Amino acid sequence: MSSSNILEVTDLTQQFRSGDKKLTVLDAVSFTVSEGTICSIVGPSGSGKTTLLGLCAGLDRPTAGQVILNGITLGDLNEDERAAVRNDFVGFIFQTFQLIPTLTALENVMVPLELRGEATKEVSQYAKQLLEDVGLGDRLNHYPTQLSGGEQQRVAIARAFINKPDILFADEPTGNLDAETGETIENLLFDLNRANGTTLVIVTHDLELAHKCERVIQLKSGRIDSDEWINEPATANIKEA
Amino acid sequence: MSSFWSSWTWKMAWRDARSNKKRLFLYISAIIIGVAAQVAITSFRESLTTTIDNQSRELLGADLEIEAERPFTDEELVYFDSLGGEQSEMIEFNSMAYLPESGGTRLSQIRAVQGGFPFYGEIQTNPDSAVRTYRDNKTALVDNALLVQFGAEVGDSIRIGNTMLEISGGIEQIPGEAAAASMIGPRIFIPYSLVDSTGLVQRGSFVEYKMYFKFDDGRDMAQMREDTDPFMEEHDLRYDDVAERREEMGEAIGNLAKFLNLVGFVALLLGGIGVASAIHLYIKQKISTAAVLRCFGASSDQTMTIFLIQAVVLGLTGALAGTVLGIGIQFMLPELVSEFLPVNVDLTISWLAVGLGLLTGTGVALVFALMPLLSLRKASPLYTLRTLDESLTELLGTKTKWGIYAIIALTVAGYATLITESWIAGGIFTVGILVAFGLLLLVAKGLMWCVRRYFPTGFSYVWRQGLANLYRPNNQTATLLLSLGLGMLLISTLYFSQDMLMSELNFATRDDAPNLVFYDIQPDQSEGIQQIMEEEGAPVLQNHPIVTMRLSSINGRGVQEIDEDTTSNARGWALDREYRSTYRDSLLDSETLVEGEWIGSVDPDTGLVPVSAAQEIVEDLDAGVGDTLTFNVQGVPIKTYIASIREVDFRRVQPNFFMLFPSGVLEQAPQIRVIVTRTAGQTESARLQQQVVQEYPNISAIDVGLILQTLNEFIDKVSFAIQFMALFSILTGLIVLASSVAISRFQRIKESVLLRTLGASKRQIISILSIEYFFLGVLGAFTGLILSVLSTWLLGYFYFELTFVPNLWVIFLGTFAIAGLTILIGMLNSRSVYQKPPLEVLRMETA
Repeated sequence: MSSSNILEVTDLTQQFRSGDKKLTVLDAVSFTVSEGTICSIVGPSGSGKTTLLGLCAGLDRPTAGQVILNGITLGDLNEDERAAVRNDFVGFIFQTFQLIPTLTALENVMVPLELRGEATKEVSQYAKQLLEDVGLGDRLNHYPTQLSGGEQQRVAIARAFINKPDILFADEPTGNLDAETGETIENLLFDLNRANGTTLVIVTHDLELAHKCERVIQLKSGRIDSDEWINEPATANIKEA
Repeated sequence: MSSFWSSWTWKMAWRDARSNKKRLFLYISAIIIGVAAQVAITSFRESLTTTIDNQSRELLGADLEIEAERPFTDEELVYFDSLGGEQSEMIEFNSMAYLPESGGTRLSQIRAVQGGFPFYGEIQTNPDSAVRTYRDNKTALVDNALLVQFGAEVGDSIRIGNTMLEISGGIEQIPGEAAAASMIGPRIFIPYSLVDSTGLVQRGSFVEYKMYFKFDDGRDMAQMREDTDPFMEEHDLRYDDVAERREEMGEAIGNLAKFLNLVGFVALLLGGIGVASAIHLYIKQKISTAAVLRCFGASSDQTMTIFLIQAVVLGLTGALAGTVLGIGIQFMLPELVSEFLPVNVDLTISWLAVGLGLLTGTGVALVFALMPLLSLRKASPLYTLRTLDESLTELLGTKTKWGIYAIIALTVAGYATLITESWIAGGIFTVGILVAFGLLLLVAKGLMWCVRRYFPTGFSYVWRQGLANLYRPNNQTATLLLSLGLGMLLISTLYFSQDMLMSELNFATRDDAPNLVFYDIQPDQSEGIQQIMEEEGAPVLQNHPIVTMRLSSINGRGVQEIDEDTTSNARGWALDREYRSTYRDSLLDSETLVEGEWIGSVDPDTGLVPVSAAQEIVEDLDAGVGDTLTFNVQGVPIKTYIASIREVDFRRVQPNFFMLFPSGVLEQAPQIRVIVTRTAGQTESARLQQQVVQEYPNISAIDVGLILQTLNEFIDKVSFAIQFMALFSILTGLIVLASSVAISRFQRIKESVLLRTLGASKRQIISILSIEYFFLGVLGAFTGLILSVLSTWLLGYFYFELTFVPNLWVIFLGTFAIAGLTILIGMLNSRSVYQKPPLEVLRMETA
């Protein structure tokens, strides 16, 4: 692997069985993502975007092919080892926010670092800081149901950055939000990303959002239909697959 | 499992639980009642055992009791003297007691004591002093129950046989005897010196002679038993000491406690099902939380442990609450069973019961939560991106599932064995429960299949939706059918068994059945008594002579020899007993000839007398038609052979005889007579008894009406204690029902809200819910009832040897009552769904 590639995907195939039929959702997909890139994966519904994101983040095992994340071959690891990799290097943002409903905003943000067993006081301070950064300094002890959709997604962004991830996966981060809120979230995401130098992989069907990224990978029927650079990379050393 | 000791998992468990407190309380409430039942019974049993151990000498009132059914011989009295210690003799027999002030008569147990018995404990009387003075004052102590029955008071008179005595005290308690003993026959103590003057102890009367001993030398009673055994055997004496009495008592109490414990355990199991179902749905709702945690790096162990901790803490909290409740309930139990206990129980808190309660409560909660908890380990982080569309348990492999079933079955069997102290009883209980579970589950699955297969597509939407709810994903059909059905099964089996026994006994109150039996009638009194009966309008339905005799040999072999022969199948009681036989020339309608030839009369000088033996005694004597039996009829040997075998309906309340002689042989033997009659009612019966007893004080009467009433009261009291325990199951069933409904509310809330948003009226929502609950209630109750009919029938067939005919009305009403209750609980729990605006409900329920 090239030292600057944080994600390497080779011949990734994912098939599901539906009754007697074999359904190929991803068909021998290969690409790499360099450190610091803001990359989007776009495509119509059912093109395999979310499946690809899940496999890249080690949330599932592929039928064939391999994913190397930050130099670690995910296929060699069991579920708990992959969880540890995620905790160390990966951040997530979901379309449905996925905040834990029984935890307050602050506690939700703290979870990834608490999982590492880090000292609570420092973690708490940092989480508060992040929530202030996303404009929720006054909502620390609110539960998810007490927050609006945009606020929930801001908590999710703060949570995604708390473990200072090398790579951040976002699945339709603005999909559940109105245009105005969506734009605020996008800006927040890009700002934080720039500030932290994180690699960002966004799955979206929002072409406007996709075109704000440096690189757009277009999926169609489980294959890469196109892969283009549309903006100047934020960082150097970008190599195409 | 290292995650269990990590502070983070405990912190997460707490954070997650704090906003679910109300819901979690519902989950544990089901096991609280079950644990309470266990703790109450176990603790009470412990207290009772300790009390019996502490008061064991009071149970017998002496260190040793020797008993005979005839006066002790001089040789025996000399032998007793050689045993040493202090001695006291008691004569005990049954006779009519007549209270002249009220005219009341009642068959009573008469006791006459000479010496210091009871040596341990004290007969409690009112006034206190009466027990110390009644013998010197030649007065009687009379059971309070009898005084209350006839409104008699201290100072009134009572006649026993030919003797009239003043009542100097009411008996409140006799050491070692339960208050319920007075229901069988009120106890009356008279001075020993007055026994002869009653004229009741005559040839042919059934009298027990008891000699009590008190030893102050702390002798080895086990050794003494061994030493005296040959003498007791030779003289046909019965020997009873403190250890034996304690063992008998402990066994009886142990059996009752074991039974009640099992009844309580069913409540705990029901609670377990409630917990399993509740945790299952709870965990299902937590899948996305688990997936998020997995996404951010939590291991499968860590994720599961968060909820495992909740289950453990919940179980422990439930067990703790149940234990406290159980200890409280323990103090109510003596009220229920005190009449049947020979001691006043000193209630203490049993730490064994507390420990057991905590352990079983937590254990049951944990074991039943195992399936959803282990499923959680398989929760993929992918569920953050895609929803789980399969059942939670489908995440587990078949092997794991069967492993969990095996753990549950082993836990049940292990605990049932612990309670019953028998692998066999524990195993039978477990198999029974498994069969009941299996059948109920089968009905539930069958119901879901049927509704789906024969879905009434032509029905209105409300009906279709209500019915579809029965097999929808996450339905509660199986859980509700199990908890309702099992509760119904238990309660109805108890009810039906009682009903079966009582209806069997009530045949005696048929219009034509005899209801009054006079016995101990001397031959010269027979005519006089018949005259009184004629005056009172009571027909003589039967008039039997009774001749007492003992069996001396079978086919020429002495009974003792047969008894000692280990290869013989003859039973000791049949060989040794005193036979009270009769003679007549015809069979009664309660007797049917099953083998041989009935010979009704013979010449007085017949060498070998043809007798007819009852089927039961033939079996226990290991004899058959043609075998010769030699009887010792009060000193005269009479040789007989079994000419025929009769099937006798011993359930008839009338004299029934093992041995029936033909007329012509026993006419001259010393005999007493028994007359059977029927009176129109209780008043007529009481008047007739009064007339007869006034004229002939030695004659005793068995009032069938009174016996039935007593039996009814007795069974009522016993079944009340059982029903009290069964109540725990009902309560648990209702809680499981309520919590199942509450839990399923969380699931259906969105659907109902959606329906309301789409324009469904409040009435339509209520109808949909009612239809679902109605079917669940009807099917749960009906299945439970049908299973209970089956189990009662099995009980009747194999244990009581009775045929059970179920009361269809009970089944019908029971089913609809439970269905009504299910709808009511369902509606109460779902009222927010249809009473509040949709948006408010959504916000409230998802908060």
